[in-house]
Amino acid sequence: MKNMWIIAKKDLGSFFNSPVFYSLTTVFLILNGFIFFNILNFFSLQSFQAQQMRGGGAGLNLNEMVFEPSFHNMAVILLLVIPLITMRSFAEEKKSKTFALLLSSPIHLVEIIAGKFLACMIVVGLMILLSAYSTGYLMLIGQPETGPVITGYLGILLMSGCYVSMGLFASSLTDNQIIAAVISFGLALFMWIIGWGAQASGSGLGQLLEYLSLITHLEHFLKGLISSSDLVYYLSFIFFGLFLTHRVLESSRWR
Amino acid sequence: MIEVEQLSKSYGPREAIKGLSFQVEKGEVVGFLGPNGAGKSTTMNILSCIMPASSGTAKICGFDVFEQSLEIRKLIGYLPETPPLYADMVVYDYLAFAARLRNVPLKNTQSAVEQVIEKCSLKEVSERIIGRLSKGYQQRVGIAQALVHNPDILILDEPTIGLDPIQIIEIRKLIQELALSHTIILSSHILPEITQICKRVIIISDGKIAAVDSLEALTTRLRKGERLLLKVRQSSSEILEKLRGVEKVNAVSEEQPGQFTIDCEPNADIQDEIAQLSLNNKWGIVELKPASMTLEDVFLKLTLEENEAQ
Repeated sequence: MKNMWIIAKKDLGSFFNSPVFYSLTTVFLILNGFIFFNILNFFSLQSFQAQQMRGGGAGLNLNEMVFEPSFHNMAVILLLVIPLITMRSFAEEKKSKTFALLLSSPIHLVEIIAGKFLACMIVVGLMILLSAYSTGYLMLIGQPETGPVITGYLGILLMSGCYVSMGLFASSLTDNQIIAAVISFGLALFMWIIGWGAQASGSGLGQLLEYLSLITHLEHFLKGLISSSDLVYYLSFIFFGLFLTHRVLESSRWR
Repeated sequence: MIEVEQLSKSYGPREAIKGLSFQVEKGEVVGFLGPNGAGKSTTMNILSCIMPASSGTAKICGFDVFEQSLEIRKLIGYLPETPPLYADMVVYDYLAFAARLRNVPLKNTQSAVEQVIEKCSLKEVSERIIGRLSKGYQQRVGIAQALVHNPDILILDEPTIGLDPIQIIEIRKLIQELALSHTIILSSHILPEITQICKRVIIISDGKIAAVDSLEALTTRLRKGERLLLKVRQSSSEILEKLRGVEKVNAVSEEQPGQFTIDCEPNADIQDEIAQLSLNNKWGIVELKPASMTLEDVFLKLTLEENEAQ
């Protein structure tokens, strides 16, 4: 635990020292804010019209019409942003030969990987936290149900965990940050749309593909439902990604 | 302290080291010498548990580098060929990070870092960003990193590479100081360095050990004959011929106009003869002295012999 935190702290230090983090956060916040503004605008227009036509906004739901699409969009933006956060994790260490320092220190490879995962998650968490002003604003002026909002954030965090673990895996494969980013972006996008193959394939395989898709498991969370199958899916996805990372790094020592 | 037996490592089909065996006693300073690509770094990487060997065993303080690598990693300080520096970190923070990685308790970290900054004379740059330092300072930070947890064993891969002569002298002094309380293995392809720091030399050539011995033993063992240096004012092929005519002389060559090296049989004692010769012929003798073989010659001879044998 202690060693994991030492690694995480070092990585966080270099995140906050580099312009990459600040530019990424800025872009993330601008895109997120713009989308939130438009969704909210659309919602207020709808409720205004509904008020005129039916005399009351019954059936219009803040959770369904604002939070859900916002979370969906945030998931897409994170898909673009997270590969850029994770790309340097191992690629940079290998390129600048600093990995030798970690490998020759009395510290397990598992702790190194866990520390890097933790650092990336803290960065992503921080970005999400910074964008949460929109949620706070809605809480102030409206009365959304808090349950689905909380589970929504939980779902987004778990999904980010999947992106991060794929990103770390991609980063462990190469010493080139750009290649790492491309691979992890490709992987994440593929795992997102893999469910589309369900229509083309038979019912058995179709169900499997549907289950494997990252996005189908987010739906329940956005509706306020924490189902064990979704939790198991996300957690085992994260674990599997980190496990592959471990295998790759371990085997690269043997070559 | 360090026992290496039949250590081999191949990268794919290429064998980097082939059956190395050697021992290092506690408190020794051993130099690894060899041309580039001889397998020095590979051996050091194996000893510092960065990569496993393909076959053979290496033990440090009784711990196997593969089976009990975590124990070993507590005992060693390692400076790889490229110092493992985070370019965006401040020197002090970097050393503190290295100390924490090597299990230095949090409360001792500050004093450990300050000590090592003192030792490696990094005081004036301790608050600067590593990426902006000169190569010499970076190298010193690299050495500081290997020292920060005060390990019993230091493994230094070309510690003085990229330094200017003054810095080299400083680092050499530092290593000599460290040698009093540490076991040190260092590699180099710069020979004078090894001569000055190490008591024992392991010469590696083409992945195999060409020789292990103390410096004096090596030089005497390889001096299969004696060599004289003669410097005269004149220069002509006639001199060369006359010198070759002297008894017990094996070979003569003119290095520069008027400068001759004469290789002769052991204990030939021909100085008188040569001096007489040059006086008689009025060559204008300037200098006549025995030339001992430098490590450089030893090294070349060993590594070249190796190649010829193949």
